[in-house]
Amino acid sequence: MADDRVWLTAEDVAEIVTILDGSPFNQLDLRTTRFRLRVAREQAGEAAGEWSQAWDWADGAALPGAAASVAVVAATSAEDTSDGLVRVAAALPGTFYRAPQPGAPAFVEPGDTVTAETVVGIVETMKLMNPVHAGVAGTVDSIPAANSVMVAAGTALVRIRPA
Amino acid sequence: MIRRLFIANRGEIAVRVLRTAQRLGITTIAGVSAADRHSLVAKLADEVALIGPAPSSESYLNVGAVTAAAVAARADAVHPGYGFLSENASFAQALAAAGITFVGPSLESLAAMGDKLRARSVAMEAGLPVVPGGEAATREQARERAAITGYPLLIKAVAGGGGRGMKRVDDPAQLESQIDLAMAEALAAFGDSRIYVERFVARGRHVEVQVLGDGQRAIHLGSRDCSIQRRFQKLVEEAPAPGIPADRHAALLSAAVRLAEHLGYRGAGTVEFLVDAETFDFFFLEMNVRLQVEHPVTEAITGIDLVEQQLLVADGLPLGWRQDQIVLRGHAMEVRLNAEDWQQGFRPSPGQVKSAHWPAGPGVRVDSHLTGPGEVPPYYDSLAGKLIVYGVDRAAALARLVTALPTIELEGLATTRDLHRRIAADARFVAGGVDTRFFDGFLEQPARG
Repeated sequence: MADDRVWLTAEDVAEIVTILDGSPFNQLDLRTTRFRLRVAREQAGEAAGEWSQAWDWADGAALPGAAASVAVVAATSAEDTSDGLVRVAAALPGTFYRAPQPGAPAFVEPGDTVTAETVVGIVETMKLMNPVHAGVAGTVDSIPAANSVMVAAGTALVRIRPA
Repeated sequence: MIRRLFIANRGEIAVRVLRTAQRLGITTIAGVSAADRHSLVAKLADEVALIGPAPSSESYLNVGAVTAAAVAARADAVHPGYGFLSENASFAQALAAAGITFVGPSLESLAAMGDKLRARSVAMEAGLPVVPGGEAATREQARERAAITGYPLLIKAVAGGGGRGMKRVDDPAQLESQIDLAMAEALAAFGDSRIYVERFVARGRHVEVQVLGDGQRAIHLGSRDCSIQRRFQKLVEEAPAPGIPADRHAALLSAAVRLAEHLGYRGAGTVEFLVDAETFDFFFLEMNVRLQVEHPVTEAITGIDLVEQQLLVADGLPLGWRQDQIVLRGHAMEVRLNAEDWQQGFRPSPGQVKSAHWPAGPGVRVDSHLTGPGEVPPYYDSLAGKLIVYGVDRAAALARLVTALPTIELEGLATTRDLHRRIAADARFVAGGVDTRFFDGFLEQPARG
């Protein structure tokens, strides 16, 4: 419940910095059962002399279950391209769509001829629709990525046999 | 009385709402999607409820799923944050049907401000100025309209779009010929000669007013300037809006209160205005009936916790403040740190944050769900956190921003940090009072400062 919590507000952190600033110390490392806070004076770089804060939080009431790292949700096809095929990979993690909208014909099908500029799919990342271009002229060999699934960056979306 | 608050949002705002609720002794329930099960709000909340799968349409935007999760969690109130379902009338209705308090305005206010045309007419009823303009079917009507709107003005085709048939008129002497031309072009392009005459604001600023109401009374908490935008997305906000003559500023504030009172508004809201950067004439744009991303700059200059006030009035209590108790002190600025590679066309940069360093010290506030190791999932927007700086005046706040920015380091992500360093060094921004064209061509200029 709320009463056994230790909350540090922005004002509390500011006060810690003010105290440290007038002392010979450059760093404070505070650990509780709930968090670890490090307040430190930057030693190098452009921010040298400025104070920073970094936190680590214990898990608390978080739901059980393995940390679902989004970056590995979809299997990454790491097949070799020694068969002469060019893999068109996702530049960003996101949801891969084969068609411009549900029910519409797919951008490309196996056997289609493409140029470097041909759009072969869309990857939706953080509300933005990013068109995926073939990048090479040739014939679509296969489309290993399924429609409307999450893909990791680098996942092979489409394989193309260069012309 | 609110004892169990369900937070129907994610990211920094979910953490922000949770902090105040826990301080008030309220039990918090974080409603999260599958992608956010290990997010900071899930770690901090007293309880966690899974709303649905990662995509927003199946979780944070799904009225049925969020309502069901709140009911199952035995919540007595839901805070919607901003975005997602925060201005969704059917969500508010579903909660009401389930006997759960929606921490937001009444259904009437949601409906009145939800539709742009309706909002414009309600604002006019309340006596607020709107961008003057209207339809004209004939030359005579167009002349009458022009006499009301004043100059410069724009003539647009009613049926048009994409700038076709649009004419700018700076001088009454040009009016007749431009009306004829516009009507002829409109007829040729759209088969409809009707035109629309509207005042043209060449240099507009985006200035907004924070209001609070309890259904009976309404007060304002000063202005904010959000003119620095890219593609209508705000990047930097500050409070108060700088460089507006005192009488115009006071008129702006009381116009916002007038609208809130006209609506019998209950909750926190923001009345947005277009302010002419030269004449300081102002026009109502819209009202956001929720908490805003940039609310911390208002909290910084008023010392008032807006989430606390939202919870208070949602509980049916009167506002904790009278207008004469509100003192606006000092100056605050907020920059939005987005997980985007701004040098690559603002390409999204989702991924794992290995470690996070944020500035710390007097006058520095950080609102982020990425204060330590974490993740920016590819499903949602790119806001990684907000840096809010405060100073006794604008120059002091700006000086703090300049020294604080380089400290930010989110290892593993591209962020807009260095874009903000460039903005903070820009002579126009340093002078203050820029208009919304600030960002046009900004990236093409050589870096200064």
